[in-house]
Amino acid sequence: MEHFTPVSALVGGLMIGASAALLLLLTGRIAGISGILGGLVPPTRNEAAWRLAFLVGMLIAPLAYAALGGALPSISIDASLPVLIVAGLLVGYGTRLGAGCTSGHGVCGIGRLSPRSIAATLVFMATAIVTVFVTRHVIGM
Amino acid sequence: MPMILAAFASGLLFGLGLIVSQMVDPAKVLAFLDIFGNWDPSLAFVMGGAVVVSSLGYGVAKRRGVPVLAPCLEIPSRRDIDPRLVAGAALFGIGWGLVGFCPGPALTALTFGPWQVPVFVAAMIAGMALFRIAPAKVQVSLRRTAPDLDG
Repeated sequence: MEHFTPVSALVGGLMIGASAALLLLLTGRIAGISGILGGLVPPTRNEAAWRLAFLVGMLIAPLAYAALGGALPSISIDASLPVLIVAGLLVGYGTRLGAGCTSGHGVCGIGRLSPRSIAATLVFMATAIVTVFVTRHVIGM
Repeated sequence: MPMILAAFASGLLFGLGLIVSQMVDPAKVLAFLDIFGNWDPSLAFVMGGAVVVSSLGYGVAKRRGVPVLAPCLEIPSRRDIDPRLVAGAALFGIGWGLVGFCPGPALTALTFGPWQVPVFVAAMIAGMALFRIAPAKVQVSLRRTAPDLDG
């Protein structure tokens, strides 16, 4: 557990929660990233503008963080090209089929005690843990 | 315009939260999911903090009844746990466990991450597009009501 960072994790989590609360209170929309992105594939007329604005905010966040003097965390990805593509397809397709991801189900849905979101979160946590177990400890990927 | 600015500010804050919590790093996420290895519980603290604040926001939003900049709250009303939800969540979890990226961190890492990030994001968008075009039959047979987004 030498990498455990409870303080920055909690602070970042509070910011994510504040973002979801802000979006809901101001616009009435759920801060579910897969829904916001998926709603643009293809874009629908009335909802495209705010979704795009939200995504631009997310994309700009690292630049803003660095401009304010913050040190961006390093990003390390070991996955090979085929694994990256399969994983991306599964995440994109799965979040649309299951109508949400870590933010929409995990943060927003659990926050309002939605049975669907609680179930979805338990399922994706479980399959993710099993996937990591198999890739790291069984086949040693 | 105020609606656009509000969405932009929320997206910015969301991305900053992912950076501060280091959830933009897939290695950090995989270390949480690796409960049988060198476990890093940080992600649980991120989720815990986020759920508490989002829950408070939901409480205030519900009491107010209407959002500040829009005519109504668009909160999913479905409560049934159907096969689509479970299957979708299961597939998403496998993809999440393979690389350590879910949609938010992948998008936030796009502007400063290595070459693997745009590859993953392109595949993720392709997966979303595939959902729109490919399994039309399955969707019609399973979908009795209009699809509503939980997130």
